Amino acid sequence: MKYAIETDKLTKKYGELTAVDALSLRIRRGEIFGLLGPNGAGKTTLISMLCTILEPTSGKAKVNGFDISAEQSSVRKNIGIVFQDPSLDDELTAWENLDIHGALYGLSPQDRKARAESSLKTVELYDKKDELVKHYSGGMKRRLEIARGLMHAPAVLFLDEPTIGLDPQTRRHIWDSVKKMNREKKVTVILTTHYIDEADALCGRVAIVDRGKIVACGAPSKLKKKGESLEEVFLRLTGNEIREEKGSSTQTMRARMRAWNK
Amino acid sequence: MSEFTAIRVLWKRELLRFVRAKSRIAGSLGMPLFFLLFLGTGLNSAFSGTGGNYMEFIAPGIIGMVLMFSSVSSGMIVIMDRQFGFLKEILVAPISRLSIVAGKIFGGATTSILQAAIIMALMPFLGVSFNLSGMLAAFAFMVLISTAFVGLGIAIASKMEDMHGFQLVMNFLVMPLFFLSGALFPLNNLPGWLKVLTLIDPLTYGIDGMRGALTGSSAMPFWVDFGVLALFCGAMFALGAWLFTKKNS
Repeated sequence: MKYAIETDKLTKKYGELTAVDALSLRIRRGEIFGLLGPNGAGKTTLISMLCTILEPTSGKAKVNGFDISAEQSSVRKNIGIVFQDPSLDDELTAWENLDIHGALYGLSPQDRKARAESSLKTVELYDKKDELVKHYSGGMKRRLEIARGLMHAPAVLFLDEPTIGLDPQTRRHIWDSVKKMNREKKVTVILTTHYIDEADALCGRVAIVDRGKIVACGAPSKLKKKGESLEEVFLRLTGNEIREEKGSSTQTMRARMRAWNK
Repeated sequence: MSEFTAIRVLWKRELLRFVRAKSRIAGSLGMPLFFLLFLGTGLNSAFSGTGGNYMEFIAPGIIGMVLMFSSVSSGMIVIMDRQFGFLKEILVAPISRLSIVAGKIFGGATTSILQAAIIMALMPFLGVSFNLSGMLAAFAFMVLISTAFVGLGIAIASKMEDMHGFQLVMNFLVMPLFFLSGALFPLNNLPGWLKVLTLIDPLTYGIDGMRGALTGSSAMPFWVDFGVLALFCGAMFALGAWLFTKKNS
């Protein structure tokens, strides 16, 4: 089995809207693979299905050899994920968040301790392990989520816009950790990002997704025509119009919380 | 085995959050204490002619109130977990939905019982005296009441998109259940329609049971109170687990 991800005509429909449209994709083990596309292209829906939190309308997919519908529990054991929206418990410390995570993935108390320590060191948060997460900055929270995603040594790591809203220093730091893990632990990484030049530098291959379909897939160097940047390829293939995405209640709520806190 | 660890760690999370939220604990003690102090003292004089002690009469009712209010709220907190994202973290973990609900219910029940225990510990200072021999039976009722209402809270939360409906549930479900439970008035000699409503209210059996255990006088036999409440508890646990699983699969 050489594929970390295999999808076969994977489809998700919400009423009239087809978010992911008969998408077939293969990602080899050990790749860093970028999913690029405008807002609402279906990237997050695709990842949600691969992570077993969303049932496909039709089609099939395997993650690390396990079927996402029939073998959900095995899929879950094999993946780590950093969601687009934060998913930490703010009222707990970093250490407690990781400890809960380890327990949910069936790690023994000793393993939990050792792995929490090493993943916190990877993202350079070990000194702050006993602070409540609500006192963390945005970048620190993101790093903590990445540490958590790695903690149970997943075969496949999904990163859904892990660097959104972060400064260049923190972004570079996060990408360096991702590269390091990919190199040292052979973790397959599937990431989405709007920072196209970063994807260009980081990913062995990228797929440009639009309206639920892959419009181009391959090594960034192969997709570029002479003198073109990957961002130009992206715009050439997906057009210049601005896409609207329907806000979930979560996003609305967050916007409201932010307004309050100002 | 890992399911058991998962339940335990989710239970522990509820406890950690509970002890961190000191202002929430203090806030939750206000209303029951005022009920006891003002309503209890105020109406004690009206009762005094009959040889009863009103403060002692409502004390088990106030314990029931604390249990139900905090249990329903902690069940409904699932909505906040969803909105703030932590629920997703739990949902992608390799554990069953049932374990998630069980951890939530046990955690919520434990924190509700702790809140009720704080009120109970304060009651002797207000002149309420309990049969210490009935503590174990009272504890059993407390466990059933809190488990049942966390389950109900989770069931309601699974049907709601956000916290806007919280006040609606509190004012139109939880408050009537409290007033109809016989927490504040005796169940005998009620007009027929009211009597029927009190007998439909599951909290009635919890409060009557606690009253029997703690003060020695109850409207119904122990086994009726215990049996009805245990059935209700099982049903709410199942309903919470079912609706939560349906919502999140």
